[in-house]
Amino acid sequence: MNKPLRRIAIFCGLLVLALLIRDNWIQYVKADELRTDTKNRRVSIERYASPRGDIIVGGNPITGHATTTSGDFKYKRTYKDGPMWAPVTGFVSQAFGANQLESIEDGILTGNDDRLFFRNTLDMLTGKKKEGGNVVTTLNADAQKAAYNGLKRQGGKGAVVALEPSTGKILALASYPSYDPSSIAGNSDKDAEAWKKLDKKNNPDDPMLNRALRETYPPGSTFKVLTAAAALEDGLYTDPDAKTDSPDPWVMEGTTTRLPNEGNIPCKNATLRVALQYSCNTVFGKIGSDLGNDKMLDMAKKFGFTEEQYTPVRSSASVFSDDMNPSQTALSSIGQFNTAATPLQMAMVASAVANNGTLMKPYMVDELQAPNVDTIEKTEPEEMSQPLSAKNAQILQSMMETVVDKGTGSNAKIPGVKVGGKTGTAQHGVDNSENPYAWFISYAKGADGTAPVAVAVVIEDDNAVRDDISGGGLAAPIARNVMEAVIESKK
Amino acid sequence: MSSTTNSPTHHTSTIGAIGAPSRRNTELALLVFAVVIPVFAYANVGLALNDSVPPGLLSYGLGLGLLAGVGHLVVRKFAPYADPLMLPLATLLNGLGLVVIWRLDQSKRLSNYAEAAPRQLLYSAMGVALLAVVLIFLKDHRVLQRYTYISMAGALFLLILPLVPGLGANIYGAKIWIKIPGLGTLQPGEFAKIVLAVFFAGYLMVKRDALALASRRFMGLYLPRGRDLGPILVVWVISILILVFETDLGTSLLFFGMFVIMLYVATERTSWIVFGLLMSAVGAVGVASFEPHIQTRVQAWLDPMREFELSRAGVQDGVVHSEQAMQALWAFGSGGTLGTGLGQGNSDLIGFAANSDFILATFGEELGLAGVMAILLLYGLIIERGVRTALAARDPFGKLLAIGLSGAFGLQVFVVAGGVMGLIPLTGMTLPFVAYGGSSVIANWALIGILLRISDTARRPAPAPAANPDAEMTQVVRPS
Repeated sequence: MNKPLRRIAIFCGLLVLALLIRDNWIQYVKADELRTDTKNRRVSIERYASPRGDIIVGGNPITGHATTTSGDFKYKRTYKDGPMWAPVTGFVSQAFGANQLESIEDGILTGNDDRLFFRNTLDMLTGKKKEGGNVVTTLNADAQKAAYNGLKRQGGKGAVVALEPSTGKILALASYPSYDPSSIAGNSDKDAEAWKKLDKKNNPDDPMLNRALRETYPPGSTFKVLTAAAALEDGLYTDPDAKTDSPDPWVMEGTTTRLPNEGNIPCKNATLRVALQYSCNTVFGKIGSDLGNDKMLDMAKKFGFTEEQYTPVRSSASVFSDDMNPSQTALSSIGQFNTAATPLQMAMVASAVANNGTLMKPYMVDELQAPNVDTIEKTEPEEMSQPLSAKNAQILQSMMETVVDKGTGSNAKIPGVKVGGKTGTAQHGVDNSENPYAWFISYAKGADGTAPVAVAVVIEDDNAVRDDISGGGLAAPIARNVMEAVIESKK
Repeated sequence: MSSTTNSPTHHTSTIGAIGAPSRRNTELALLVFAVVIPVFAYANVGLALNDSVPPGLLSYGLGLGLLAGVGHLVVRKFAPYADPLMLPLATLLNGLGLVVIWRLDQSKRLSNYAEAAPRQLLYSAMGVALLAVVLIFLKDHRVLQRYTYISMAGALFLLILPLVPGLGANIYGAKIWIKIPGLGTLQPGEFAKIVLAVFFAGYLMVKRDALALASRRFMGLYLPRGRDLGPILVVWVISILILVFETDLGTSLLFFGMFVIMLYVATERTSWIVFGLLMSAVGAVGVASFEPHIQTRVQAWLDPMREFELSRAGVQDGVVHSEQAMQALWAFGSGGTLGTGLGQGNSDLIGFAANSDFILATFGEELGLAGVMAILLLYGLIIERGVRTALAARDPFGKLLAIGLSGAFGLQVFVVAGGVMGLIPLTGMTLPFVAYGGSSVIANWALIGILLRISDTARRPAPAPAANPDAEMTQVVRPS
C-alpha cells in the first residue's frame, strides 16, 4: 500500500507546486499589470491619497485641495474662481476623471511623473510623504479677469484669447458660459448631480465646452487681415494707400451673384487701408479670387489654420478649404463659406502681425515644478512660422491702427497706446437666419514699437437684436479691457 | 497486507518509527512560535490601522495561547507519540487567520457585516475542544472501523440536510448551508468530509482485494469487472447530485477526488485514477452544459474582467455576476512581492466573503508573494505530515483513513486557493483554519485530531518483548 501512498504524496506536492507557480505568476510576473490597471480602484485611491500639486498663475495658486470625509479618496481638488479659470485648468474629479491641463500634467500634479522618481525614492527613504509638483502657467490674472468679466457682463456665449506676440505666451483664455470644476471634483451624489446638469444633453449652453480652444466660428471680416497679408506678401498690392482694382458692385467670377458690402461705404477701387477701415467685402473678396485658392490656403496654413495646436491643451483645427472655385475662394477670403477659426487662431493672426510677421507657438505652461519648487521643465518660446515679412507686417499694422483710429474698431481705443484691430460680424445659419457672431481681433503697441498683447474676442449672442451685433460694438470693449489689464500689469 | 510484498527498503519508515522519541517538547517549542507570530501580527495590524497596539492584544494572545496549551496538554497525555508538527502548524494557521479576520473587521468598507473575529475565536475554541474529545475518547482509530456503514448513512444525511426545505440556505448561489435558529449557519459538508473518509476507509479495506485482483488487462490498464464498478459509480452519482442540487462544484470535486485517491491507495491500480479523471471530466462538463451557476463560474475564471464589467453594469440575466474574482486578482497583483504590510491593503474591496472564501487575497495583498508562499508551504507541510502518518500507520484502515483525510485536506486547499488565484474556476469553499467559518474550523480541528490519533498509534513503540528465559537464544523479529 505504500507505493500508491508515495505517489499520492507526489501528487499533493504537485498541487502545492501548481499553487506556488500560479502565485508567482499573479504576484510577480503579472503584478505590475494588475497593480496599475486603471479599473483597479487602488489606482484611484493612490491618486487621491496625497494632495495634488497646484496650477499657478502669477505666483498664486488657482487650485487647492480639501479632505473628503466619506469614501476612500482622501483629497479632492478645489478651485479658486473656478468658472473663470476652467478653460485653463480643466477639471479633475474623483468620479469623472480629468481633462485638459489637469489631465495632461497629471503626472507632475500627482507626483507620479518619471522625472520625479528619484526624488520620490529619496522621500520614501527619508519618510517624507509623497507630494505633487506644480504647473506654472503663462496666464495673466488681471487679463483673465477682464476677459471673463467682460463675457459675463455680455451674458451671451463667447470666448476670449490673449497672447503675448513676442513669445506666444497665452495671457488670457476665457470661455462663457463656464462651470465650476469644484462642483464635480468629489464623488458624492451632489457631484454626480452637478455633472449631470453640466452634460451637453441636459444643458444646451454646454458650459463645459472650452470655446476658446475647441469651438470654431466663421471669422467673418476679421479674416480680411489675413487676406490683406496674402495680397501684400504675394505682391498683388504693395502700397496700402494705392488704389486697388476693385469694381463695386462686383460680380463674383463664374457666377452672376454680386458680393454685397454692408451699407453704403466707399469701396470702389478703395485702397487697402480704406478697404480694411470700412471692411469692404468687394475688395477683399476680389483679392482672394485673384490670388486663388492655393495662395490663400498657403497663407492661412502659415498662420496656423488646418492644424490642431497643442498649448499643451489641444485646440481644434481651424478650417480653410482647398479645392474651391473662385467665387467660393472669394467668400472664404472674407471669412465666410467654409472658413472657420478658433478664437485662439484669430488671436494668433493678430499676434503674428503685431510681432512684425513672426508667429510664435502659443503655450500656456511656463514651467513644471517639483514639490520643492525646483524647475523640472521650462518652456522656451518657439517660432512657429513667418507668415509675412517685417515690412509687410508693419504696413498691415498701420492699416489695422487706422481701423481703430477712424474705422469700425474705434471702441478699442486706449488713450496713449497705439491699438490696431479689426472687427468682424460673421453670418451663420441657413440663409443667415441666425444671429451673427461678433468678432474683434486687436493688439496694443507700446512706445518702443513692440506689442505686449494681442487679443481675439468672439461673442455669439442669440438674444441680442441683430443690428446690435457688430464686432465693434460687443467685442471691441472687452478686447480693450483685456489689453489695458495687460498693459497695467506690465507697469 | 499488500505492503508485505514490497521491497525491504519500504519498511524503513515504519521501522524508523519504532522507538522514536515522543517529540512532545519539540511540539511545545514550535507552539510557542505558532502563538507568538500571530500575536506580533495582531500588534502589527493595530499599529498600522490606529497607530496603537490593539487593546485586545493581551486577551487575544492569552486566548490563542490557552488553545495551544490545552491542545498540547491533551496530546501529551492522550497521544504522546503523535506527530509533533501538526498541532503547531494548525495553531499558526488558525492564529494568522484570526488576525486577518480581525483586520477585515476593522475595514470601513465591510462595516455592514457583523464582527467576525470574536466568533471565530469561539469557533476555534470549540474546534480545539473537539480535538480534545477525539483524542480522549478515541483510544484507537480502528474503533471507527466498526461504524463503517453507520458512517455512510451519517454522511448521506449530512449531505442531504441543506436540501431540506426550511432548513437549507441559499447563499450567493450555493446551497451548502443549513440554518440553525439562534446559532447561525452550518456547513454540513465540512463534517461529511470526515465521516465519508471513515466510511470509504472501512469499505475499501474490506473490498480492496476484490477490487484489485479481479480484473482484466487491457492496453496496459487493469479494467475492473463490471460489478466492481458499482461503488465508484455510486459515489460518482452522489457527487453529481451534489453538484446539481447544491450547485457546489468544490464539495463535489472534493468528495469524488478523495474517493479516487483512497480507491487507488487501496487497490494500487492506476486504472482507477484514469477512470476517476474521466468520470469527473464527464460529470463536470455534463453538468456545466445545463447549470447556469457553474457556467458563470467558468466564465468568471476565463474572463474575470468581463464579469467585473457585467457586475458593475448591473446586468440582470438570471445569474449572479460577481466582480470578486477580478477584485481578488487585483488584490494579489497589488500586493506584489512583499505586500503592502498588514492593515495597509485594500483587499476589502472584494466585499462579501472577503474574510472567508477570499481570505487568501488579503494575505496576498498585505503579506505579498512571500507571505502567500509561506502559507501555502504551511499547508504543504500539514499534508506531508498527513501522508507520512499514512505511510507510518501499521493497519490498512489507518493508512486509508489518514491518506483520505490528508488528501481531502490537500484537495480543499488546492480548490479554494487555486480558485481565488484564478488557477481553476472559483468554487465556494473555505481555506482550512484560516478562513472565517465555524463549521470549517471545527471540522478541521477534528480532522487534525484523527490524524494525531493515527500517528500516535503508528509511532508508539512496540511493546517490549516479554521477558523470556531463553531470550538470548531467541531472535527478535520486529513487526513491520
